[in-house]
Amino acid sequence: MSTSSPPMLRAQGLSRTYGRDAALVRAVDGVDLEVAAGETVAVMGPSGCGKSTLLHLLGGLDRPTAGEIWLSAQRTDQLSERALARLRRDGIGFVFQAFHLMDELTAVENVELPGLLAGHPPRAARRRAAELLDQVGLADRARHLPSALSGGQRQRVAIARALSNQPAVVLADEPTGNLDSEATLDVLRLFESLHTAGQTLVIVTHDARIAATADRLISMRDGVFIDETRLTGGTAGDLGSLAGLEG
Amino acid sequence: MQQEVVLAMLAKEPSHGYQLRARLRQALGPLGEAMNDGQVYVTLTRLEKAGLVTAEQAAGVADRPDRKVYALTPEGQQRVAGWLAEVSWPRPGLSEFHLKLVAAAAAGLADPLSIVDAQRRELLRRLRDAQRAALAEPAGSAATLLLEGIVLRLQADLRWLEACERHWTRREDDS
Repeated sequence: MSTSSPPMLRAQGLSRTYGRDAALVRAVDGVDLEVAAGETVAVMGPSGCGKSTLLHLLGGLDRPTAGEIWLSAQRTDQLSERALARLRRDGIGFVFQAFHLMDELTAVENVELPGLLAGHPPRAARRRAAELLDQVGLADRARHLPSALSGGQRQRVAIARALSNQPAVVLADEPTGNLDSEATLDVLRLFESLHTAGQTLVIVTHDARIAATADRLISMRDGVFIDETRLTGGTAGDLGSLAGLEG
Repeated sequence: MQQEVVLAMLAKEPSHGYQLRARLRQALGPLGEAMNDGQVYVTLTRLEKAGLVTAEQAAGVADRPDRKVYALTPEGQQRVAGWLAEVSWPRPGLSEFHLKLVAAAAAGLADPLSIVDAQRRELLRRLRDAQRAALAEPAGSAATLLLEGIVLRLQADLRWLEACERHWTRREDDS
């Protein structure tokens, strides 16, 4: 990973407080973050540590009390509401724990929606949506309503939708939080393939399995980053010894 | 009884053997009931021979191990520091890791939370490796099952580390 190219996503001195005086809550308290292009970063921490708030700030779903956010070369924390809405639609892909699919739309209609909203011709949007559903292994479920899909399938539709407009960054909030072990594995596999394809990803989670797919893992507590670990190129022993194969 | 555990329990201050036993009992609770008292003395004698502890005989008392005051030598201190910094898996087992945190906190040798963090980093790296290997296996492969076992164990240990973290965070907040 090149260190000379500017980060894809950058936050500096980022803070978000709620309430005031004695009731002041520092949900995010002076966080600095740089995510390189093509990097997967996981932010882990107990519930209430501020990780979801951080993700909302990064994605322009919420505004910081202080600090700067840069998406590639664009500063985003001061954008107008309209510009911010456009950025959320075209520059950022969101994946949520509860999927947030439109119940009355089929899988393919959900996935093509961001393309249509961005003004792509319906035919092109449909073609792109079909490709993405194929990519997440759900080509044969394109015409199903979300209610006819399993949790894992719904999350894969949601991931396909997040990729619709080829976002600079995908932000995922507990993407495996509602999934069983099997479905979690499908989502893990999908994130791995996105990573291989060079997609920049930020995942906030308390699921160690998904966090372990990241290049870099940040631990968050009480609104601040307390520890950072590079998971690639680690010192892990060989798998045989883990399974008790050593003498 | 593992040598490093006994050494670490001495790190706080020179102690009689029975004081060490009491500390271990307190840290291990019901699990310490099964501990053989003689074992602590056997371990202390070995440590003395290895030059890791010194045994000071109180004057005018019969030569009995439970009357001696044991203290760490510089080599002993070094060994304890190395043990605290060591990260590995699946060893140390639960009780060894637990005693590591207890001893580190009691002697003020290391922050239990940074020991937890280091161990977590190690487990996450291993989780990543095991998971990658599992994802790379063809569908229906029997080896996947073994890898899944490793992944589940690592996850369980990671959850326990969260509990350790909560406990020792509270301790720090209290002090």
